[in-house]
Amino acid sequence: MGSDINRRDLIKRAMAVGLVAAPSAALLSACATSGGSSHNSTAPAGKTSATNPLGVKKGVALEAFIFKGGFGDDYVKNAEKDYKATYGVTVKHTGTQSLGPKLQPRFAGGTPPDVMDNSGADNLDTASLASQGQLADLTPLLDAATIDDPAKKVRDILVAGTIEQGQYGTSAVYALNYAFTVYGTWYSQKLLGDKGWAYPQTFDDMIKLAATIKAAGIAPFTYPGKYPYYVHFDFFAQIAKVGGKEAIIAIDNLEDGAWQTDSVKQVAAYYEELAAKGYFLKGSEGMTHIQAQTAWTKGKAAFIPNGSWVENEAAPTMPADFKLGVGGTIGTGSSDKLPFGTVRAAAGEPFIVAKSGKNPEGGMELLRIMLSKKHAQAFTKSLKSLTCYAGAEEGLSLTPGLTSASAALKAAGSDVVNPRLQDWYPTLSNETIGGATGQLLTGKITSAEWIKRAQKGADDTKKDSSIKKFKHS
Amino acid sequence: MRHGKYRFIIGFLAAPLAMYAVFVISPFIQAFQISMTDWSGLTPDMNFIGLENYDKLVHNDLFWQALWHNVIILLVVPVVTLGLGLFFAFMLNVGGRRRKGAAAVTGVRGAGLYKVVYFFPQVLSITIVAVLWQQIYNPDPSDGLLNSLLGAIGLGSLQQSWLGDPNLALICIMAVMVWCSVGFYVVLFSAGMSSIPSDIYEAALLDGATRGATFFRITLPLLWDTVQTGWVYMGIICMDAFAYVQIMSVQNGGPDDATQVVPLLLWKTAFRESSQYGLAAAMGIAMLIVTMVFAVLTLRFSRRERVEF
Repeated sequence: MGSDINRRDLIKRAMAVGLVAAPSAALLSACATSGGSSHNSTAPAGKTSATNPLGVKKGVALEAFIFKGGFGDDYVKNAEKDYKATYGVTVKHTGTQSLGPKLQPRFAGGTPPDVMDNSGADNLDTASLASQGQLADLTPLLDAATIDDPAKKVRDILVAGTIEQGQYGTSAVYALNYAFTVYGTWYSQKLLGDKGWAYPQTFDDMIKLAATIKAAGIAPFTYPGKYPYYVHFDFFAQIAKVGGKEAIIAIDNLEDGAWQTDSVKQVAAYYEELAAKGYFLKGSEGMTHIQAQTAWTKGKAAFIPNGSWVENEAAPTMPADFKLGVGGTIGTGSSDKLPFGTVRAAAGEPFIVAKSGKNPEGGMELLRIMLSKKHAQAFTKSLKSLTCYAGAEEGLSLTPGLTSASAALKAAGSDVVNPRLQDWYPTLSNETIGGATGQLLTGKITSAEWIKRAQKGADDTKKDSSIKKFKHS
Repeated sequence: MRHGKYRFIIGFLAAPLAMYAVFVISPFIQAFQISMTDWSGLTPDMNFIGLENYDKLVHNDLFWQALWHNVIILLVVPVVTLGLGLFFAFMLNVGGRRRKGAAAVTGVRGAGLYKVVYFFPQVLSITIVAVLWQQIYNPDPSDGLLNSLLGAIGLGSLQQSWLGDPNLALICIMAVMVWCSVGFYVVLFSAGMSSIPSDIYEAALLDGATRGATFFRITLPLLWDTVQTGWVYMGIICMDAFAYVQIMSVQNGGPDDATQVVPLLLWKTAFRESSQYGLAAAMGIAMLIVTMVFAVLTLRFSRRERVEF
C-alpha cells in the first residue's frame, strides 16, 4: 500500500475532533457577538390624530411574535386583521412556544420584532430586557385614547394593578399584561355540594375537612410536582393573608429575615401538617400539571392550587356538570391581617414592545386595538379568561369558573394581593424555593428547613450582583 | 506522482477545513472570549471581567452536582446500552440454537422481527420519546402506564412516583436513554457481526466452544472497532442528556436538583437567571474540557491490536 497516511488514524482523529465539536452546538449562539452594533432605525412617526393618537404611519411593516400557549394566538391575529384594515399592512405574525431561543439572537443583533407576547416557560426574562433598556416605555399607549371612547384614556380602563405589574422598579411601564388571572384553590362545586362539604376559612377547618375528604376515599389535595410553584399560588397569598401585604412585600423586596416571620412559619407549618397526614394525592410529586389536573377533574382529588386558566386548560377532561369554583385564601383565623375573601390576582401574558424595533408605534397601536371592548370580550368569550380591561366581561354569559373568579375578585375589593417574586426572580421562586416546596410536600423536609432554604435562596439572590433587583411598596 | 501529493490533499481539504474553522473553531474561540465577559446576551454591550465567571463556577455547588450527574450518566448509560446492544445483536445473529436444515450459525427464532422492533425508538425524535415516557411514568395508578401495569399484575406495592422520587428520577431518565439508544447499536453491531466470516464460528463450534466463549473470544475482539465507535457516540449523548432531562424531569432537573445536568444548567443560566451568557459560556468551556479528557481517555485506553480478517 505504501501510503504514509493511515486511514484509521485519520478517522480516529476526526472522531476525536467530532466529539469535541458536539457540545459546541450549545455555544453556537456565540456567533452573535459578531453582529453586535445597535442601530436605531425607528421609522419617523406619522401624524397623530383623534383616531390615530400614537401617530402610526400607514404602510410601515409590523412584526408580531406571540406566545402560542394555553390561549393560542388567534386573539392577536384578529386584532392584526383590524390593524391591516386601518394601516394597510399585513402584520408579519409568528406564533410559537419557544420565544427565548428565537428572540435572543434578534435582541442581541439589534433587530427585534416590534411587539411580543413574552410568555411561557421558554420566554425571555422581561425583567432583564427592561433593565437592559431593550423595551419601549408604554406610557404613550396608556395616555392614548381608547378605541371605543375617545374621551377615555387606555390607563382608565385597566384593572387596578395592571400598570404596576408592568413596572420594573421605575415609573416606566414596559409590559402590558393582557389576560387577568385569579389564583386560588380550585374545586368542583358539585363535589362539595353533593357531599355537603363547606369550603373552609381557616387552616384548622381545612385540616378537619381534609380528614373527612380522605375518609370518603378522595385525596384532599393534588398539585403538579413537576412545577411545585403552583402551590405558591396559595402559599404566598396565605402568607399575605396572615401577615398582611407588608409580609409579602418584604419577601418580594428580598428583605433580611422576610421568610423568618411568624406568619410564614404558620403557613409553612400548615403545609407540613398536610404532608404529614398524607392529604396530598399519592404520586402528585411526579405529575405534570396536565396529569394532576386530570386526576382532579376525575374526582381523585378535591382541591388544586391553580390559576383561572385551568378552566380552559382542563376543559377536555372536565365533566360538564363539574361546576368549577375557586375558594378564597384561607389563614389562621380572625387574627389575620387580611380578611377571608382576600384573593391573589394578577395580570398575565406580558405584551412588550421593542425599543429598537422598526415600528414601536405600530406595536403599541396593535395593543390599543386589543384593548377595545370588541377584542376584550371576544377573548373572554372564547378563551374563558378575564382581561385587564375592567368590566369588559359584563353582559357576557360566563362559564362557572369565570363567574366564580369574577365574583371572588369583586368580593375581595381592595384585598387583592399580587406577590411579584415569581416574575422578578423566577429562578429563586420556581426552582430554589419551588424545589424546597416539593420536598416539603413530600414530607422530606420540615417547615423549619423549608424556611431556612427559602431565606438562604433569597439571601443568595440578594448577594448576586448579576441579578437585577426590584422593589415595590 | 509523489511530488503532487500534498497539493492534491490540500486541494481536497481546503474547503471543508475552512467551513470547519468558521462554524466549529471560531465559535469555540468566541465562547472562550464570552466566558470572560459579563455579557447578558440581550444587548451588544459587554465588559471584560477576566476569570470571574470561572471563579463563580468553581464555587457553585449546583454546577459540581450537575457535573457529577453527567459523570454518572457517562459511566452507566454507555456500558448498559452497549452491553445490551452487543447481547441482543449476538443473539440475533449468532446465538441461535442449532436447528435442522439451517446454517450452523444463526440468530434466535424471529430474529428479523426483533431487529425491526429494536429499531423502533430510533425512528422517534427524542422529544417524542421523552413526552411518551413522561406519560408512562405518570404516577397515577390508573392513568400511568407503568403504575397501572404494576397494579394489574398484583405488584401494587411497587408503584412509585418515578420522576417525582429523588432516588429514582435519575435512574428513570437513564433507563429511557438506554431504551432509546439500544436499537441503533443492535443494528450497528449486527452489521459488524455479519461481516465476521462464519467459518471462524464454525471452527469454534467444532472445537466445542460454548455461546459465551464464542462471544468473548471471537465476536467481541473482532467487533472492537465498532464498539469503540459506539462508545464515543454514547459519550456524546451522555455528556448532553439535555433534552431528556429538560422534558422529563420535574422542576427542570429536579426533584431537588437530583437530575440536574450541566447542559441544562447552562441553558438555564443563559436564558434565565437574568440571562448570564458569560457564565453560561464558562460552563460550556468547562464542559469542553471534560469532554476532551473523556475523548483522550477513550481513545487511549480502548486502543487494541486490530485483527485482520
